[in-house]
Amino acid sequence: MVHQYKLNGYNIVMDTASGSIHLVDDVAYDIIEMFKEADAEEIATRISAKYLDVTKEDVFECLEDIRSLEKDNKLFSSDPYEQLAYNYKNNSNVIKALCLHVAHSCNLNCSYCFASQGKYQGERALMSFEVGKRAFDFLVENSGSRVNLEVDFFGGEPLMNFDTVKKLVEYARSIEKKHNKNFRFTLTTNGMLIDDDVIEFANKEMSNVVLSLDGRKEINDHFRKDYNGNGSYDKIVPKFKKLVEARGHKDYYIRGTFTHNNIDFTNDIFHMADLGFSELSMEPVVCPEGDPYALTKEDLPKILQQYEILAKEMIKRKKNGNGFTFYHYMLDLKNGPCIYKRITGCGSGTEYMAVTPWGELYPCHQFVGDEKYSLGDIWQGVTKPDVQDKFRSQNAYARKECKDCWAKLYCSGGCAANAYHATGDVSGIYEYGCQLFKKRIECAVMMQVALQTLN
Amino acid sequence: MNRIKTIETKDINKTVKNGGCGECQTSCQSACKTSCGVANQKCENKNK
Repeated sequence: MVHQYKLNGYNIVMDTASGSIHLVDDVAYDIIEMFKEADAEEIATRISAKYLDVTKEDVFECLEDIRSLEKDNKLFSSDPYEQLAYNYKNNSNVIKALCLHVAHSCNLNCSYCFASQGKYQGERALMSFEVGKRAFDFLVENSGSRVNLEVDFFGGEPLMNFDTVKKLVEYARSIEKKHNKNFRFTLTTNGMLIDDDVIEFANKEMSNVVLSLDGRKEINDHFRKDYNGNGSYDKIVPKFKKLVEARGHKDYYIRGTFTHNNIDFTNDIFHMADLGFSELSMEPVVCPEGDPYALTKEDLPKILQQYEILAKEMIKRKKNGNGFTFYHYMLDLKNGPCIYKRITGCGSGTEYMAVTPWGELYPCHQFVGDEKYSLGDIWQGVTKPDVQDKFRSQNAYARKECKDCWAKLYCSGGCAANAYHATGDVSGIYEYGCQLFKKRIECAVMMQVALQTLN
Repeated sequence: MNRIKTIETKDINKTVKNGGCGECQTSCQSACKTSCGVANQKCENKNK
């Protein structure tokens, strides 16, 4: 499958199955568009009529180049991967990542929180060390020969249970060599409880730290408030700066959420960059359609435009030496993921699970609290294979719409939770999210092309 | 090629043979937690 588009002065042609990307001029762009629909004579006639300085010989030469790329499987290549996706997941029972809900409680009261202020529609609770320890043992027992295992300390607000987090990391470090494992930890925090002790610990032990900030003070403080109604911006920004300054080259993200209230969210991203942060992420809000801050149909074209503005500004800043990273525009064209990663989906419910403070297992953090999707627990393992099978069958080809989509090897079929929230079915399509995703990939590829052709 | 410049990319098809080690990061474990993107994950296969 071929996808072609024009953006920021670049004509880009993507070949889905091979991952090839071509930068072409206007003539080649039109010829590629017609290549499968018309014969050489007709293409030459139409092109010569449109471009007066282009001869038929020029067109034939370009057609030859296209045929050569087709022969090398770099254009119009066939897609043989569908069965691989099912086979790979059916033959694997490995779990390699856990989202550990160490605190179903939060010291902020953000009304847009998908986790209902950290409680996940349930009771407030903190995970005990014993439950956490068992979760690590469960992960190691089920990880097969995988070496790299990931655990995200998540909530609610995980720093409300910081002592347990520290003890769990100590425990994990004590067993990793014996089992030939390498734990990679992530801490996702709102920052309120960050102090020197947390900074030292996080920068030593956490492979990645996700710091929640929505951008400009007035935007952040609109939702991200404490229980007295005070915005969090003034408290957290200095703490984030201190943590990041001390972090060296280790990964971190300043991660925001945008809503209907800040459709000009690029200004929030630029604000984060101007604060001195360079690793940035900004996600569309996850909430029911009728919520006052939910993204609307009318917002969609504006959001797509924002992604273009962002990409152009990022190129400009990169050229000026003050570039920053946007999570969704990270694209490693030369050393990116293999085909198996690209077709097997996010791994929720199979290689990735969430663990509640009581040790229950869910397919991912976004299903926690929804009893229908309970998978079992960390003592007995998966006791509801029918629920797990729903997730095992998700992949880049599982939905009819995905089969015909050029972006499927970039999103791997999308987020099951998004599909569920949008359609009531994990096998559904969150069309709105697809449109955002496709635009982000178009922008990311354009940036790669722009920056590579600069050098 | 005068009108077509091919950008250097990994040939995905070639990874059918040696891919699938599973050592790379789980898509949702990094920054988003609300969508699925796989193309930004780094390959960690030591036997490719």
